[in-house]
Amino acid sequence: MDILDVKNLSVTFDTPDGDVHAVRDVSFRLGAGKTLAIVGESGSGKSQTAFGILGLLPKNGHASGSVRYMGEEILNLPEAEMNKYRANKIAMIFQDPMTSLNPYMRISKQLTEVLVYHKGMGKREALRESIRMLEAVRIPDAASRVHMYPHEFSGGMRQRVMIAMSLLCGPKLLIADEPTTALDVTVQAEIIDVLIDLQEDLGMAIILITHDMAIVAGTCEDTLVMFGGNVMEYRPTIDLFETPQHPYTKGLLEAVPRLDRDVKTLSTVSYGFLEGDEK
Amino acid sequence: MLKYTFRRVLVAIPTLLILIIISFLLMHAAPGGPFTSERPLPPQVLANIEAKYGLDNPLYVQLWEYMRGIVIEFDFGPSFQRKDRTVNEIMAQGFPITFTYGGLSFVAATLIGGTLGIVAAIRQNTIIDYFAVGVSIGAQVLPNFVMAPLLVWLFTLTLGWLPGGGWNGGAWQNLIMPVIALSTSYMASISRITRSSMLEVLNSNYIRTARAKGLPERTVILRHALKPSLVPLISYLGVAFVGMITGSVVIDIYFSTGGMGQAFVNSALNRDYSVMMGITILVGALTIVFALLADLLYAWVDPKIRY
Repeated sequence: MDILDVKNLSVTFDTPDGDVHAVRDVSFRLGAGKTLAIVGESGSGKSQTAFGILGLLPKNGHASGSVRYMGEEILNLPEAEMNKYRANKIAMIFQDPMTSLNPYMRISKQLTEVLVYHKGMGKREALRESIRMLEAVRIPDAASRVHMYPHEFSGGMRQRVMIAMSLLCGPKLLIADEPTTALDVTVQAEIIDVLIDLQEDLGMAIILITHDMAIVAGTCEDTLVMFGGNVMEYRPTIDLFETPQHPYTKGLLEAVPRLDRDVKTLSTVSYGFLEGDEK
Repeated sequence: MLKYTFRRVLVAIPTLLILIIISFLLMHAAPGGPFTSERPLPPQVLANIEAKYGLDNPLYVQLWEYMRGIVIEFDFGPSFQRKDRTVNEIMAQGFPITFTYGGLSFVAATLIGGTLGIVAAIRQNTIIDYFAVGVSIGAQVLPNFVMAPLLVWLFTLTLGWLPGGGWNGGAWQNLIMPVIALSTSYMASISRITRSSMLEVLNSNYIRTARAKGLPERTVILRHALKPSLVPLISYLGVAFVGMITGSVVIDIYFSTGGMGQAFVNSALNRDYSVMMGITILVGALTIVFALLADLLYAWVDPKIRY
């Protein structure tokens, strides 16, 4: 059975200037242990798709359609019901590790509360488990660093903490929303390595939202290309890279800078495909 | 932390000295003197009185003598107007009164204002939010000199529930109206500060993280959002506390509570140099102390700040 089956997911925001359709009719399926990439430029609706799935939209946002986790409908569940899925079965990590941890709480408390709440663990056991998870994401000297505050960690280390936090309950699905965008290139590779290793160990599926086509090519079975809230193309990554069908995908792939070609100007995505469209 | 506190206390001493010198000079620069009256005293009598209080000395000698009295004997001198009282006595009588109703006002303003702000932010753009915002704007635009007569009209003249004034040893009936009148505008400010900072925190990334962890909304707010949203309040509360416990002229006069505000205004009107100076120094010292306490509180609350 698929871990996640998304059908016709749409996200709409009420604004003073009328409704804004951030995501329109997005559908995809994700098998256990598989990785799906969602790519597209900023504002294409990638993150809102993820927030829609987990019910983390701002108050003026609404999601419609269907999201099934292991066959059970989870879209627009009441908060109390949805909280049983969050972090426990579907975890999420965010783009900006610098601001995604609570600056007023020790790492230990931010980690252990997940286990105490979802697994009913005692504080001591939760702490032991948290330290084990920090070691799994390769944070050196985890046993003493667990008691520090977020500002005492670098960006890369904070993202590791976020990853550790999201994996504490052993979720079957991890949504990683641009987990490396805010980090240095060298750190980016390390974070992706950590993610892929843990994916193998824990057998979880990952939705990787990213700009980085190289990461997509290296790690994701399927790729979903979004533009303007719509799905442009959704195919196995290998096919997509070999024979991109949609002009937008072609443009996106062309726009990746390459060292093996001698070009004077970098290519940009042409929006020519929009002409003749019904809008 | 200890070193920082010590340094701050050391800096406070010159600050206080400058405050004393400036107020002393300003006060003496004002025309007239403590013994000026509509019917002038005979010059001989005036000279005698001034000699008694040392007012015939050059200004720097007066300043020196005054400072010496404070530093060595903690003596703020005699009142120039009420010949049987010293400034220490006047302050010792007035300060407990203002401290009582000011302290209570502070507690009321903080608790009610803080709660109102938090609830409004959590229920943003609902009827509860509009109500809370409405109440705080209303409280803000009603100055205490309007509040005081309104309260007296309602509770004393119309309902007959509360005495219209007096202190009566701080009986609760006498405390209610001064506390309401003094605390409303502070409460409004506290509520607005709390609401806006709570809104900012609730929209922050780490609150989204807390929600993504599947924590119940209650826990998200109480454990993750409350503390950060109260931080911007600290510096305001330090100043507000001093403002409240050193009393309000309007409250003291309107409700005849006999607090320090009244003594301060009377001293200014009568050019009672020593009383005016004493109260100025007391307020100055309290301001410095509570600004320091607020800074130390910041360090305690915010792990990023360590002195």
